[in-house]
Amino acid sequence: MTAHTDLIPQDGHADDHGHHGHDTSGSHSTLKGYMTGFILSVILTAIPFWIVMSGGLHSSNTTALVVLGLAAVQIVVHMIYFLHMNSKSEGGWTLLALIFTIVLVVIALSGSIWVMFHLDHNMMPSMMQQQIQNTP
Amino acid sequence: MSDTHALPLTNGADSPGKLNFYLMHEHHPENGTLLGFWLYLMSDCLIFACLFAVYGVLGRNYAGGPTGAQIFELPTVAINTSLLLLSSITYGFSMLEMQRNRKSATLIWLGITGLLGAGFIFLELREFLHLISIGAGPQRSAFLSSFFTLVATHGLHVTFGIIWLITLMVQTGKLGLTPENKRRLMCLSMFWHFLDVVWVGVFTFVYLMGVLP
Repeated sequence: MTAHTDLIPQDGHADDHGHHGHDTSGSHSTLKGYMTGFILSVILTAIPFWIVMSGGLHSSNTTALVVLGLAAVQIVVHMIYFLHMNSKSEGGWTLLALIFTIVLVVIALSGSIWVMFHLDHNMMPSMMQQQIQNTP
Repeated sequence: MSDTHALPLTNGADSPGKLNFYLMHEHHPENGTLLGFWLYLMSDCLIFACLFAVYGVLGRNYAGGPTGAQIFELPTVAINTSLLLLSSITYGFSMLEMQRNRKSATLIWLGITGLLGAGFIFLELREFLHLISIGAGPQRSAFLSSFFTLVATHGLHVTFGIIWLITLMVQTGKLGLTPENKRRLMCLSMFWHFLDVVWVGVFTFVYLMGVLP
């Protein structure tokens, strides 16, 4: 890319045809890439469905962890093969935005569940007592 | 500063091209649309993160109503998942044809993608109607409220994706694969694949983990 921009002067907006290959981050996509992503995602989808539909593993927690782990792997596969995520696209800005978003998502998800779990934990007994007091 | 002043005197005559105090060819993305659209997708991702968090908090509050294990039909979800996954790969095929500037093949693959998406929406609506008819509507319990909000938000995204897809098919059919239309198709491609990523989270976190005891 840089070699291109060095040779071609940047006033080339007049002929838009020269830009075809440039403004397309998906221009690197190939049949092989899509098929690899597709086959991987089929496998990564089939395994968790099979595990859960055949009754799950010994404990629900193990099953949940395995299923979540497979989903995380599948999301990465989608990002790389379908969304063409890499450190080069748009000068690295897409990856930076993605990392920032992932940080926010992790904080929002784990934070909410953690806080609300403790809230439930602390609130429940007194609320139960209140209900018991109110019922008669 | 003194260095930069001294340099032009010594080297300037020999190689005038070498000394620039600004970048002649700074690598701007030629078209910021794709980056901007990516940023939109990231903000959309935060919406879904909030809805997932709500479901994570409320997902087990059944209020004496039906549980996930009682109402989720995993075979239907599996069919839905495969429809969306297939539509992702057919959109990929359409992009490959677009790169080769084959208009009719692009349109055919786009049409197949739209049909698969419509099948997904059909099955999802049927599931919703079934749930509402058996009294497991969104007002039944916190679990069902958060379930309907999360899954229907995703379904609404897919619906708008299909409307966008039809619009672009008409535009491409009329104007051909112009650079503008290619750019739009690539934005929709990101949108479509992004929705597939969200669906991976939905079927894992909501359906598969919801039926676990």
